[in-house]
Amino acid sequence: MIGSNSGRTIVMAHRNNQSSFSEISPSEFFYRNRDLAGFSNPAKALYTATRELVENSLDACESTATLPKISVKIRYSEEERHEQDPRTYVITVQDNGNGIDPRQAPNAFGKVFYGSKYRLKQARGMFGMGGTMAILYGQITTSKPVTITTSTDGREFHTFRLLIDIQNNKPIILSRSTRRGVGSSGTSVEMLLHGDFFRASAKIRDYFRQTALVTPYAEITFIDPQGRLWYFPQTTKTVPKAPIETKPHPHGFDFEAMRRLLKQTDESSFPKLLMNEFHRVGKQTARNFLTFAKFDLRTDPRKISNEETVRLVDAMHQFDGFLPPDSNCLSPLGTEILKAGIVSELQPEFYSIAIRPPAAYSGYPFIVEVALAYGGKVIGEGVRLYRFANRVPLLYDEASDVAGQVVSELLDRRAYNIPREAPLAVITHVCSTKIPYKSVGKEFLAERPELEKELKNGLRETLRQLKSYLSRKGSIEAVQRRKNIYGKYLPLIAQFSQSLSGAKRPPKYQGLIKDYDDELAIKVEQIAKTKKRTEGQI
Amino acid sequence: MPKQRRGPKDRSSNRKVELKAILQELGKKVYDSLDSNQFPSMDFPSRSVKNIVYDAKAKQYVLGSRKVTRSASNIKHIRPFTQLTWLAFFATQLVGQEKTSTLRDVYYSSQAYDIEFDDQSESDSIITDLETVISRAREELNIYPEERSAIFGDLDIEYTVRGYEGKRLNLSSHPDGYLIGPSLSSAEFVDTSAEMVIAVEKGGLFTRFVEEKVHERFKAIIVDTAGQPPRATRYMLRRLHDELNLPVYIMTDGDVYGEHIAMVIISGSARAAHLRDLTVPSGKWIGIWASDIAKYNLPTIPMNEVDIKRVHDLKADPRYQKGIWPRELDTFLKIKRKCELEAFSKFGLTTIVDKYLPEKLEIAKSL
Repeated sequence: MIGSNSGRTIVMAHRNNQSSFSEISPSEFFYRNRDLAGFSNPAKALYTATRELVENSLDACESTATLPKISVKIRYSEEERHEQDPRTYVITVQDNGNGIDPRQAPNAFGKVFYGSKYRLKQARGMFGMGGTMAILYGQITTSKPVTITTSTDGREFHTFRLLIDIQNNKPIILSRSTRRGVGSSGTSVEMLLHGDFFRASAKIRDYFRQTALVTPYAEITFIDPQGRLWYFPQTTKTVPKAPIETKPHPHGFDFEAMRRLLKQTDESSFPKLLMNEFHRVGKQTARNFLTFAKFDLRTDPRKISNEETVRLVDAMHQFDGFLPPDSNCLSPLGTEILKAGIVSELQPEFYSIAIRPPAAYSGYPFIVEVALAYGGKVIGEGVRLYRFANRVPLLYDEASDVAGQVVSELLDRRAYNIPREAPLAVITHVCSTKIPYKSVGKEFLAERPELEKELKNGLRETLRQLKSYLSRKGSIEAVQRRKNIYGKYLPLIAQFSQSLSGAKRPPKYQGLIKDYDDELAIKVEQIAKTKKRTEGQI
Repeated sequence: MPKQRRGPKDRSSNRKVELKAILQELGKKVYDSLDSNQFPSMDFPSRSVKNIVYDAKAKQYVLGSRKVTRSASNIKHIRPFTQLTWLAFFATQLVGQEKTSTLRDVYYSSQAYDIEFDDQSESDSIITDLETVISRAREELNIYPEERSAIFGDLDIEYTVRGYEGKRLNLSSHPDGYLIGPSLSSAEFVDTSAEMVIAVEKGGLFTRFVEEKVHERFKAIIVDTAGQPPRATRYMLRRLHDELNLPVYIMTDGDVYGEHIAMVIISGSARAAHLRDLTVPSGKWIGIWASDIAKYNLPTIPMNEVDIKRVHDLKADPRYQKGIWPRELDTFLKIKRKCELEAFSKFGLTTIVDKYLPEKLEIAKSL
């Protein structure tokens, strides 16, 4: 028997050669493992908490296709204003989403695993635990409650002050009040936590900047502790279509999930269970599959043994008769949004966008979007990679990320005639019902071959467009240069040759320069056409 | 002593008229192209190493048949083309106004006409281009380098430069000798009692020759080449030989470089392969030969690696394949020592004039 003498820790017992786990509260589990969730030090904690709250807000707005207006404020707590970092900070995040039903609000923020996201749906956070983790961390480090104000109609505003009962994973409501007013729906969260803004500020700013790059439809205001305002205006009214919730695809389903499903279900018909619980499984497919898996169609799925469950799951992974996952549930950014974000945040000379067709790995559909921004004054020299997964910027561990590897492998400046040191930004966005993160930290994506292939194809596509732009631009510059050089030297040659020959009038050579004006006009027209065509394609 | 007489006005003024016509023709060709909406271009022999060949008949390096075309339509050519056109114009002005200019002057003059040269080496190379195009040396365009050498001897000259036209001078009037500059280069030879020209590599020996009256004792015009002779000096030697029918003897240090100075006077340099009239094919190198070192028991200096490598380079040169030329190179290689003209001072200051010079001149008759 391994474990401590406290009643609710992990206990592993050996019974009949089978391992089983006694449960601990999810809150307690996360408290013990806060490093994994991105709260390893005061600087990272401040960044992660800000980010989780902002992402909750963005998700809330997008789920109802509302143009998000998010305002974020980080300030020193009154008591520790004059202390050195790390110290206590107050974070306030307010959105204009649809608000939270007051009956569910305490649980939504005070209970781990109580999000609206514990289903298969493309969303920024997974399982809705990020916001609660932030609150939990704040409570642990400051012993202060969190204040949540929410309104679903813009008329009734409900305010709660909560603490989390860590051991029992439930909210402790310290106070609640309701007031009437006139405003918009939405939610505001104010919490305290022990953080280090001095060390976190660069990451937090990067986070906002990159978020703005893929959410140009949002207006984001950020006021930092020194009172500086960072404003990211809304530059497009196009909101990505709200992601649709979807059932899991059999190819991605694992043993543990199947075990739980069979334990919970009331369905006694095997084919019906498959049809109800899985993505794109119809009557015929269910029958074909069960035959393939060597199950009698009349077997009661609730009664199969562990060994049979293993056989069932293995068969699910091997059977190739399932329809591929439907990408309807995915919400890629799309050309309009990427374009608006790139134009307003990076102000490049040229950009190209490639949106790949939907693909799937292990039964999870995904779409890769790659954009390339070239030149301009905002991107620095060299190559910058901006990685996004379900619209969340990934700021750490670029080198370990599959996108980082694809870029360093494919981006050969010479092959694509890209001038050395020319500013270049690569933007990769992967959206999926399940992002293949390599670690719990949600900072870099694993090298799934399907994903790698789509990233490569997307990057190649954008690079080819850039190459063709550069070569056209190069040829215009060459003609322009030619014209300038002729314009400079021919008059001199004319002058001296006239003097040498003793001719009475200057030679008529102007036609030689005019030819180049015509050529230039044709080329400029060509490149304008290309730009249009490129944009049309993407 | 009968003096040779020649009319002062002829050869050089004819050449001048010709030159002006060539330059005008060049300008007209460019003008006509432009006027008919064509990019002008010029063809001239390539000066690349591959196109420099030895002409056994002329006994000098000449340019082969490869041509380069410089066209104003080529973005890389139009700048040098413009520079070349300007230079032709500028040279016409120089010749017309009878003014001279140094290479450095040309570089600076360009700036008055919005012609850019990055540095003097660029303008020097355009000057060489123009020489190649019109097959005339820059000296005829009144463009001279800074380096100068000297001449002394009984030779009456008549100036043709502006302000001195018709004025005459005897080149033995001043014991330091006269600079071979633009005025002297363009002067006509009027009269001389000299029967030979002796070119020496060093100023010190030149002075010694004047002091020891070599010009009288040997009836010689003495020329100080000051090392490898400038082209004006080589042109002067050529004229002394051609116009006055004087044999030219060359005396250098006893090393591989001295031997090559003599060779350049006789048969020109690869760098001036585009030009004629700078060689004296009948010139004679009279010393100091490698074989003289032992013969006269001269004090020596050991040859270093660079010297030895130079000997090997020259042994591969087609001009060094016959007569004393390969023989002396081999001797240098054998003894691995060299000596300077001043080495004769070991035997007294006048030994070189009293003993060595007459002996070598005697030998030269059989060369």
